[in-house]
Amino acid sequence: MSVVVDRWSGLRRHTPARIALGRAGVSLPTSEALAFRAAHAAARTAVHAALDADALGATLGAMFPAVAVLASRAEDRPTYLRRPDLGRRLDDASREGLALAEPKGADVAVAICDGLSALAVERNAARFLAAFAPHVARHGWRLAPLGIALQGRVALGDEIGELLRARLTLMLIGERPGLSSPDSLGVYLTHGPRVGLTDAARNCVSNIRDGGLAHGEAAHRAAYLCAEALRRGLSGVALKDETAPAPAALGGGAAAIGL
Amino acid sequence: MFSHTLAGQRHAFQDLATLLARATPLRSGDCLAGVAAGTDAERAAAQLALADLPLKHFLTEVVVPYEDDEVTRLIIDGHDAAAFAPVSSMTVGQFRDWLLSDAADGQALAALAPGLAPEMAAAVSKICRAQDLVLIARKAEVTTRFRNTIGLRGRLSTRLQPNHPTDDAIGVAAAVLDGLLYGSGDAVIGVNPATDNVAAVGALLRLLDDVIHRHEIPTQSCVLAHLTTTIAAIEAGAPVDLAFQSIAGTEGTNASFGVSLATLREGREAALSLDRGKLGDNVMYFETGQGSCLSAGAHHGVDQQTLEARAYAVARAFEPLLVNTVVGFIGPEYLYDGKQIIRAGLEDHFCGKLLGLPMGCDICHTNHAEADMDDMDVLLTMLGAAGVAFVMGIPGSDDVMLNYQSTSFHDALYARRALGLRPAPEFEAWLEASGVMAADGRFTPLEGGGRFAGALARAGAAA
Repeated sequence: MSVVVDRWSGLRRHTPARIALGRAGVSLPTSEALAFRAAHAAARTAVHAALDADALGATLGAMFPAVAVLASRAEDRPTYLRRPDLGRRLDDASREGLALAEPKGADVAVAICDGLSALAVERNAARFLAAFAPHVARHGWRLAPLGIALQGRVALGDEIGELLRARLTLMLIGERPGLSSPDSLGVYLTHGPRVGLTDAARNCVSNIRDGGLAHGEAAHRAAYLCAEALRRGLSGVALKDETAPAPAALGGGAAAIGL
Repeated sequence: MFSHTLAGQRHAFQDLATLLARATPLRSGDCLAGVAAGTDAERAAAQLALADLPLKHFLTEVVVPYEDDEVTRLIIDGHDAAAFAPVSSMTVGQFRDWLLSDAADGQALAALAPGLAPEMAAAVSKICRAQDLVLIARKAEVTTRFRNTIGLRGRLSTRLQPNHPTDDAIGVAAAVLDGLLYGSGDAVIGVNPATDNVAAVGALLRLLDDVIHRHEIPTQSCVLAHLTTTIAAIEAGAPVDLAFQSIAGTEGTNASFGVSLATLREGREAALSLDRGKLGDNVMYFETGQGSCLSAGAHHGVDQQTLEARAYAVARAFEPLLVNTVVGFIGPEYLYDGKQIIRAGLEDHFCGKLLGLPMGCDICHTNHAEADMDDMDVLLTMLGAAGVAFVMGIPGSDDVMLNYQSTSFHDALYARRALGLRPAPEFEAWLEASGVMAADGRFTPLEGGGRFAGALARAGAAA
């Protein structure tokens, strides 16, 4: 009745973005306004979900020499949300555990962290690692024990890698839930991991999920970055991702829709 | 040492950084840094002490050591004493009164901007109410140009932000078309790439450049890659309009972003070398946000709002087209809830405008903050009243790449309609000529589809 439907709604199949929503006057139609509120409620729920580290360790253990369940210094979710400094450091028990873990001096220390979405880890960590494993075998990389950490931030991986004396850390972490993507996984790489490094020392492959970056493509990019980091002895802004973009990004996007 | 006695209790503040921090309206990031006032009484005392401080003091006591920090050196060495002269005898409190007075008109504020150190702007903002931040900022008109004119009085521009989780070209193009048909994109059509990759960034740049030129849109494009990636893309022949970089108020934080003032100079020169601006040569696009220095461990015990103002001192050295404070993006550890986000957005816009910058605001929140779109509506309305140069336009407010909520195409139309604001003049004329929207802001029926008939026919056939 009062709602104007956009004639280009057929384009919605090309993107998860909320395009062609129509309008009431210049404003959102009721159905879209309320769908937004429902999605916000779902994302808020994902932020507060808990990761089952033991179950994840049981699933992934075969790929690694050992599994260590770890915790940051943020003891619960409310503390974690307000105190990122505590989420970047391991608690004492975790430090002691990793100090005893073997082997030391591996090429790659994989760490998995709940971050802001345990759902992202549950849905995507195992699938990413399954796609990453052939690259590990092909390059002959030696893996450190797997660390699975609760209430952790990205930088926690640096401490894990440092304690394991690994050449680089690959941190798989739940990214903050989006309205349409409560389950997006990020992978961060740090060469020469140690406490105190900043984001400038890291490379990132993000948005790994169904509907986002495919697991195989993400593993391919991460493996490229790992190989280059190990070869050149660095990571971060000096290390560019030179892998070929996926075919869809190579142009023709506007022409394909007649724009 | 500064002090103020309030209700019989003496409150002492050991140095300028401490005084500024204690005087700052409450926010979680300052609590996290351990610099916030411990009580409301201490905060009030600090504000009273700050109001009595002469503005000249900010030129003799710096908050980050001169020897250690190139941003401090930029502020001190670049200070324009002649521009500062009209207010040089004032205290911070007297400065607020003057800013609110009719003597401080747009011309006076523009002349003053090079004479203001960012810490002066931050200080006076701390003793301003929200309405003061609106009324004063509204008087400062800052205009910049590349292919159109940004920041004119009575105008509200938007960055069309057509992000896609995997940089899919068709997905990006679909969001661009959606935004254009909703009258968005006069500040910039700016994509955040999912991966910082020279080839993918080049592909996105060519996509946006093709659309802008094929449809003769008076706007500019940007792919918000790291500045070193953009420089590499320019060297590889990519069509770069604006060079983007996130910046902050200390050398250490900028280093954590992988840049220095020298990098910014290099980036600006690379963008200028392409000579693509038709109306002007403002070629930089900067983003900032309270909390980045603490996040990088390079805050020097200074509160996050003062550090944010120092980022604007970095920005103004490079004559940007657009400066965007991404106010609720980092998360609740820096701005906990809607109230803190609203206050910070108004402060940032105010300080940027006082320092002579074309300030826009990404009015946004994340799903782990205690905020929702009602809070965003309040900030959008207040910033519209304050004369903000531009806001974001994101399909349905949902950024499917960066995972946060900002203002939508619809929200910008709300602000234009509620506050009587219009797009940049060149873009407004284009919208009318293209059959999208009449000059009064009403949608036209798109009979025959106007300029986009081909795309609309194809989309309709596919539906």
